[in-house]
Parts: sequence; C-alpha cells; structure tokens
Amino acid sequence: MSSDQNILVKLNKAGFSLNNKWLVRGVSLQVEKGKIVTLIGPNGSGKSTTAKIALGIYKKIDGSVEKYTNKVGYVPQKISIDWTLPLRVNDFMVLTESLDKETIDEALSLTGVIHLKDKNLGDLSGGEFQRVLLARAISKKPELLVLDEPVQGVDFTGEIALYELIKKISDELNCGILLISHDLHTVMSATDHVVCLNGHVCCSGSPMDVAKNNEYKALFGEQASQILSRYEHRHDHIHTSEGEIKKN
Amino acid sequence: MLDDFFIRALIAGIGVAIVTGPLGCFVVWRRLSYFGDTLAHSALLGVTLAYSMEFNIAFSVFIISSLIALTLIQLQKRTNLPGDALLGLLAHSSLAVGLVVIGFLSFIRFDIMGLLFGDILAVTVDDLLIIWIGGALILLILKLIWKPLFASTVNYELAEAEGLNPDRAKAIFTILMAAIIAISIKMVGLLLITGMLIIPAAMARNISSSPQKMVIYSIIGGLLSVILGLFSSLEFNTASGPSIIAASLFLFILSLLNIKQSIKLKN
Repeated sequence: MSSDQNILVKLNKAGFSLNNKWLVRGVSLQVEKGKIVTLIGPNGSGKSTTAKIALGIYKKIDGSVEKYTNKVGYVPQKISIDWTLPLRVNDFMVLTESLDKETIDEALSLTGVIHLKDKNLGDLSGGEFQRVLLARAISKKPELLVLDEPVQGVDFTGEIALYELIKKISDELNCGILLISHDLHTVMSATDHVVCLNGHVCCSGSPMDVAKNNEYKALFGEQASQILSRYEHRHDHIHTSEGEIKKN
Repeated sequence: MLDDFFIRALIAGIGVAIVTGPLGCFVVWRRLSYFGDTLAHSALLGVTLAYSMEFNIAFSVFIISSLIALTLIQLQKRTNLPGDALLGLLAHSSLAVGLVVIGFLSFIRFDIMGLLFGDILAVTVDDLLIIWIGGALILLILKLIWKPLFASTVNYELAEAEGLNPDRAKAIFTILMAAIIAISIKMVGLLLITGMLIIPAAMARNISSSPQKMVIYSIIGGLLSVILGLFSSLEFNTASGPSIIAASLFLFILSLLNIKQSIKLKN
C-alpha cells in the first residue's frame, strides 16, 4: 500500500493497565500525514491514555506502537508546572527545541498571544496558557501533533478560531494530528477519521459512519448523533446571508 | 599578606561555587534538597573508607554517593515506602555506618569537625586539581543534558513525548550530584553541602525572571558567599563551611529586601 509511507504512528491492539485495572485496551488506529484523527468518548474512556500510548509516554503497554517520526508536538490535557521555576512564555517556547525569534513570534501570533511573550508563565490565565501551549506545539513544525483538548478554557470565539487554525496547520504543514475533544460540533467538521472510545474502540470511521453507529448513539445519545448528521447535511450546500441556498 | 593555604582555599571555593550555582538551581527546581542531604550524609562513609584504604577522598565519596543514589532508585521501584522515608533511611543509616567505621579506625587521627564543617587548612594542590577538573567535567556534562533535564523539570510528559529521553538525563544528573558532593566536601563539609547548593539558588530565585538569569545569579551568589565566608573564616578563626553558608544566608536576606521593593512597585 502506498499510503504506508504516510503513516506517522500506528497502534496495534494497544492497551495500558495501572494497578491491575485496564485504562484502555485493544486500540488500533493510525495517524497519517495531513490527516486529522479524533478521539471521542466519555470521561475516563481512555482518550488521554491512548494519546500517551501513541506518544510513547507509557512504555509498559499491551500490544504495540510503531512511531515513524520524532518531530512531535504535544499539548497535554493537564499540565502542572512548578512555579519554583522563573519561566517566561519565551523560555517555554524553546523548551524542547531551539527556535529562532521569527518562528516563536509567528507561532505566538497565530494563536493570538504574542503580547504575552515576556510574561511569566505563572501569571497567565487558563485560556492564555492554553494558547501558549498550542503555539509551542506548532512552532516546532512537527510531523505529528497530539492535541489533548487543546482549546479547554479558551473563550467561545477563540475556540472556533483555534480549531480553524488547527485545520490550517494540518493542511500547511501536512502533519498528522491526533486530536481529543469533547466538542462534537467543531471537531467533526475537520476530522478525517473518528475513533469512539469507551475503554476500548467502540466504533470508528468517518464522522458520518460513527454518527450512524448504534454503539455511538448508545454512548452519546440520539442528539449527539444528530449533530453529526446535521453537519454532514451542511456539507453539500451553503446558506448565504441573503437566504439563498448555494450548492457546494 | 594572604597565606598560601588561604589562596588555595579561595581558588577551591571559587571552583566549587561556579559548579554549585547551576546544579543548585536544579536542586531547587526539582525539589531535591533532601536528596542532596542524603548523598552528603552518605559521604561520611566514603570518607572513612578512603582513610581506611588510603584512597583518594573525592573518588571514594563519589563512588559511595553514587551507590547510595542507585540504591535509592532501586528501593523506589521495589518498595511501597514514600520517597522521603527512603531518603531518611539511607541518609541516617549511611551516616551511622560511617560513624561506626570511624570508631574502628581509632588508630588514625581524625578531624571529624573538619569533615562535618569543612576545613580550609586541609585543601591541597591535588584537591584544587580535583575541584577544577572535576568541576569542569560536571559543567560540561550538565550543559550536554541541559535541554532534556530542564524540559523534564518543567514537565516530564512533554519532554518524554517530544523525544528528549528525560529518564537518562535524570540518571546522569543524579551522578553529577554525587560528583559535586565529592569535590566540595573538603571545603564546605558534609553537613553543609546542601546549603551551598540551595541557598545561593534560593537567593537567585528571589531576584530573577528567567531560568538563565537564575543560574547566573546563583553562581554570583555562590562566589560572593565563598569570598565573604572565607575572609571572615580567616578573620574570626571559624570553620570555613559555616562561614560560607552564613554569608550566603546574609545574601539571601538581602534578596528578600529586593522582593519587598518589587511588590511595592507592583502595587
């Protein structure tokens, strides 16, 4: 298969257990260049665990992970930074890779936080910090981006803009993205492949396939399913401001 | 005029301060002060072994402290005891064993005060070589592992996810800690080495806004402490270690005044 060269990371029946309890098991998925794979599922369904397996943070795993790139950008869901460190945004940007000033400024501008460059990391609000995290992850122009709820705590308009940015980055850098999100509306619009987790893969496929899936409906309810169908419906035409309907 | 022994002590102290500056920052950032204490306590055992086998003190301390550090890592993996209990266990048992061994070595004249609190009279030209060559090696290795070590200090998972191998950096840093204790034991004494690591770094934290600045201020603070401390040690005939640490405490208090000022400015 020619698409094999495009695979960035591949999980084969991967699982991870802690204290004799499976956090997630039997997950098979792959992220390819230029594709966005989204993990959805209820709390505790193993989304973050799956991301950490893919990243190689968890080492004693069941199954296997094949990672074909070392250029990785990661936005973790939770990050605890010790404030005994005097750390400015600028220092944080070059944490795992040295970057020149233009690259740093560009990334910070894209996520709208260039004005915070010299601020202490501890003085940022939750949403501001989230934007800095995203800027750091994209600034190193990674081949694989792993975004674990990257817009949590970001204001509503910012959320939409950041998701658009993520989509744009995926196209421009041709990088693969493994995305975790709760926001079905926004996520589904840009996603190529959805994996629905609940301790295991309960279903996966294109957003439309997943929306139709009965297990998905059981997990998220009928309404969530409609969100996706409605989105799909929106895909083939545009409502213009004049009230006309335009075919795509 | 300054005596030869004093100039040796000064050169030794300056060498030690340049190395403890950056290492001390990591000790503060990674909350390793009690770990440093444990290694320092175990150093007594290293010293006694060096005396009994007529071996170089710095090498012997380095080997024993490294062994203690490795033992700690193994114990952490194999027991359910909390880290501080394990540190206490290793610190006090190695100190106790060291003292017992001293008891057996009654035939050797032993300056235990010098051992615990440092003795500037004891610094030889060989010690200077060990401090400066050893110190240069420590700094070189620290520079090589700086990125993964610093990144994992900020956030372990980010460092691991983005391929920096933080576990290796941490293991190397542990060895560097053993090494700095080994080369500075004669100057500062084993009870006060952790103070030499922590206090200048803590002082630096109070007045710095970035990690690089904190490292630089920490080195400067250490240098001033050594110079001030050694001159007062000469003047008042006090032990070198406590004099240096007291000087660093003085600098730390000065840095607190700076904080007060900056808080006033903010309001």
